[in-house]
Amino acid sequence: MNLSRRWLEAFLRRPLDPQETAARLAMLGAPVDAIEPVAAELRAVVVGMVEDVRPHPNADRLRLCLVNDGGPERRHVVCGAANVQAGVRYPFARVGTTLPGGLVLERRKIRGEVSEGMLCSARELGLGDDHEGILPLDTDAPPGTPLTRVLAVDDDRFVVDVTPNRPDLLCHKGVARELAAATGDALRLPELPGAPELPLGSPRREGAEARVDGVRVAIEDPETCPRFTAAVLRGVKVGPSPAWLRRRLEAVGQRSINNVVDATNWVLLELNRPMHAFDLARLAGPELVVRRARPGESIVTLDGQRRALDPAMAVVADARGAQAVGGVMGGQESEVGEATTDIFLECAWWLPARIRATRRALGLATEASYRFERGVDPTNGAEAVRRCAELVLATGGGEVREEIIDLWPQPTHPPRIFLRPARVARVLGVEVPWPRIEEYLVRLGCTVVFKPEDGRMAVDVPGWRPDLREEVDLVEEVARLHGYGSLPDELRPFRVGERRDDPAEVADDRIRDGLVAQGLREARMLPLVAAGAGDVSVHNPLSADHAALRRDLVGGLARAVEHNWSAHVRDVRLFEIGTAFAPGTDDRPREDRRVAGVLTGTREPAHWTDAGPAPDADLWVLRGVFEAAVALAQPGATVQVATDASDRWVAVRLDGSRAGWAGPVAADRPPWAAPLYGFEVAIDPAPRGPVSYQPLPDTPAVERDLALVLPDGVLAAQVVAALRRGAGRLLEAIEIVDEYRGAGLPPGGRSVAFRLRFRAAGRTLRDAEVDPAVQRSLAAVREEVPGVSLRAT
Amino acid sequence: MHPALARLAERLARVPALGAAELEAEHVAVLGRKSGELTALLKSLATLPLEDRKAVGAEANRLRADFEAAFERRKAALAAEAGRAAWRGVDLTMPGRGRWTGSRHPVTLVLDEVTAIFRGLGFVRATGPEAESEWLNFLALNFPADHPAMDMHDTLYLGGDAGPEGRMLLRTHTSPVQVRVLREGALPVRVIIPGTVYRKDPFDASHAPVFTQVEGLAVDEGISFVDLKATLAHFARALFGGDTAVRFRPSYFPFTEPSAEMDVSCRICGGNGCAACKGSGWMEILGCGMVHPTVLANCGIDPERYTGFAFGMGPERIAMNRFGIPDIRQLYDGDMRFLGQFG
Ligand SMILES: [Zn+2]
Repeated sequence: MNLSRRWLEAFLRRPLDPQETAARLAMLGAPVDAIEPVAAELRAVVVGMVEDVRPHPNADRLRLCLVNDGGPERRHVVCGAANVQAGVRYPFARVGTTLPGGLVLERRKIRGEVSEGMLCSARELGLGDDHEGILPLDTDAPPGTPLTRVLAVDDDRFVVDVTPNRPDLLCHKGVARELAAATGDALRLPELPGAPELPLGSPRREGAEARVDGVRVAIEDPETCPRFTAAVLRGVKVGPSPAWLRRRLEAVGQRSINNVVDATNWVLLELNRPMHAFDLARLAGPELVVRRARPGESIVTLDGQRRALDPAMAVVADARGAQAVGGVMGGQESEVGEATTDIFLECAWWLPARIRATRRALGLATEASYRFERGVDPTNGAEAVRRCAELVLATGGGEVREEIIDLWPQPTHPPRIFLRPARVARVLGVEVPWPRIEEYLVRLGCTVVFKPEDGRMAVDVPGWRPDLREEVDLVEEVARLHGYGSLPDELRPFRVGERRDDPAEVADDRIRDGLVAQGLREARMLPLVAAGAGDVSVHNPLSADHAALRRDLVGGLARAVEHNWSAHVRDVRLFEIGTAFAPGTDDRPREDRRVAGVLTGTREPAHWTDAGPAPDADLWVLRGVFEAAVALAQPGATVQVATDASDRWVAVRLDGSRAGWAGPVAADRPPWAAPLYGFEVAIDPAPRGPVSYQPLPDTPAVERDLALVLPDGVLAAQVVAALRRGAGRLLEAIEIVDEYRGAGLPPGGRSVAFRLRFRAAGRTLRDAEVDPAVQRSLAAVREEVPGVSLRAT
Repeated sequence: MHPALARLAERLARVPALGAAELEAEHVAVLGRKSGELTALLKSLATLPLEDRKAVGAEANRLRADFEAAFERRKAALAAEAGRAAWRGVDLTMPGRGRWTGSRHPVTLVLDEVTAIFRGLGFVRATGPEAESEWLNFLALNFPADHPAMDMHDTLYLGGDAGPEGRMLLRTHTSPVQVRVLREGALPVRVIIPGTVYRKDPFDASHAPVFTQVEGLAVDEGISFVDLKATLAHFARALFGGDTAVRFRPSYFPFTEPSAEMDVSCRICGGNGCAACKGSGWMEILGCGMVHPTVLANCGIDPERYTGFAFGMGPERIAMNRFGIPDIRQLYDGDMRFLGQFG
């Protein structure tokens, strides 16, 4: 919302400091995003006093002027305007000034005479279309005074961020009212230059149907339009608006159209009442009826578009058909133009939900729909019509022959809210004395009746505050005017509940710590991806790249690896903890909390002491990280060789279900990059069981190495299992220390070295105990894994 | 002095000059259990006359202690020397051996810090699903249906028909978890809720369609706006430093009332006004307010008896501000060079 500082000042009858005003509005809940100087380009133009005018020796139409611009030297200026006169002040642009059109003034010779600047016309300054000569200034201001000060065009545009609950702040009166409420200032409608006193009585209250100056007006849909105010203006001359009106509109970024349209826009910006002016001569009947659109009905709106209407929309129609989409936009057929003389002015209150639905259905958002959706003041329609009529009459003449009519078939009372001062204290944490509460609410426009017998205040809220509906809304108003800053902020005792940290968060922390320790960097990737078959898709995606929810995490990490490769980063080790999505059994998708990782590049950073290039991370590095991830995310699950793929490990839960995988990952790999591996594991959020201390061994271990020849097809895990079964209780651990393939072994065979570690609690083992255990292990291997033999040494 | 002892004393003087192998040999030769000269001498004391035995014995024992000390000293000196030898003649400016180091994401770092501060104020973490119903995301939180307040959140909907709780959508804030926690019914509640949220926003330097929020909720008897201010001001000073100024200004969120924005004094200019704070000297950090009575009632909690406050903030914004990250997309690139800068 754009606001003019001068417009606000006109309401408050006092000057406003822009920064101070912005700060105050911020503390009232309407932060100012920007303060933009208006007519900034005119700030370099000054008042110039022409002291002498002489004919140009070489040109009949040019004059030589001596200009006093406030400096010690007089300026010689060549001027072509017929109206230049000595002793008169004009806008003067010195050499170096940039004019609104972008022209930069230079010192130059015109027909042989030096010219040091320019006396300007209104048009050259962007102040109007009048170029019948330079602009004489009606001022006593000394030469050199900035023009903006003299013309009162210096202004500041506040760009205010208005929250959707505060439609009253979408106009100057509302914001001025807010400033006045904060300071206790008075508030009055600004005077309009040249506006006649309208010889009108009070508005004529009517039911669902009435006539005004020969026009029949009726509300057939009082639910959508409970209140409709109108007046007829006759003998109006439609034309350009005067400078003061245009300047005001332009100050807030609104383009001037003609005096009638400008008058309605003025009222919209001043009172937050969207209005519409119809060309009365083009209304059939003449009549205007508020009703639902008929099936198949259409209208050409002011923007020239033909729009199909449906019965969910309300229209303002004449005897022929729709002349306006109610609360959204007028129709072209009855648009006010230069030939218009008689005008029907309308100001209605529209049901926000209906406007919202209509705006969406038509894809047509307007200033009017924006305001009606948020809720305008239902009580000031007649004020708005009167203001608009004054503006039209002041700028285009004409007359209003009959009182404003106010159709209000089912009058309602302003909402009444009961407020308990005790509740204010309870919510705010401090007592606010009830006279203070009353004062704040009255300043906001509420009517307050205190009822000491039940400790409540009966508060009638003003029409411009549709957001005030219940007690807590008033509590907020009290806090706001009291000032959030003046409430204390001492830390008071509090109770903590029984609740514990969500185990899912605890699990995430544990996994994150563990993978960081593995040398992986945490990434966060967008869970939105391009849609594939079977994905959970987004119904209204902003782009095809973000049209579905990811089904896994590794895919996103692989894209991150490609991003790193594109930056010539070869060593990439990433992990992510996040949610993967799959279609659920009902509308709710399944959400799986997972951890995934990718790694490629050297196993460890290369070092100059290494012989040759540093080795790349291989599948064994992957397996190591995967085992760590499984231990972190799925305690109890084991890493096994996949049975359905030759290049995968899987994590298997105790119940046999799969909880994750590890293996190579497909990506767009440049030739210099190392192989890419990845893993993904579902996170079991169940809290971990208690960890109990294992006593440290107090006796030495005995180690025995066994080199066994494994024929093709025999897995180390089978041998380990057999060794373990055979060895008995004294075996503490089995480690695989070496693998050898090559000369001296049967074809396809390999020699694997197993290190068996034995230990007994409380005593030192003797060979006499260990040797038989080793023999039992070997026997178990021979029995359970045929073809395995001891390697001859 | 006994002549044998005199000879040994001379050998003692030479110990500091012995090499490693010589030292070992000399140790055996002098103190060896079987054939050490001094050992033998000590054993032979019994054969000496009593008066000699006393004098020689004392001297021999002293000599043995001296030898032991000398051998020990020499051994340590040789070890130190050997250690130094590895450094001698080496270019010590050459780089050391590195290991791959992991790191936490900058957003995680901010979440960790925020969590730690609130943990100290008795808050525990709670979470909830990312796909939610319209009811939980909006209506239970007192968003008026068919009202422009809904436009404050550009929502991504999932396909499918509207169920009893409305259409499914991707939560636009973590606030539905407030409802989930409160509906469990156990009071008092003090939770913080970190989580991923979605908006129908373009992916550009300052917007992301997916980002993180961390939200807080405290509900009990007697909680007031004073508690809200105190808690959040404490938080701001803990996160940004004890000299941080804080201000609360009115705002609007459908699920809180009174609602506020909390600003902290700009970390860059210290409150004097700069480009980063648009000249205001303040930076918006979080939204907050007293839990709206309708929200409590929607969760089956008596709003006459219980009150509470809630707040929410964006860790991405805080991370960008804290680390000076200019483009939010960098947080979602997975760039190794970027991710390594913060842990
Ligand atoms: Zn700053």
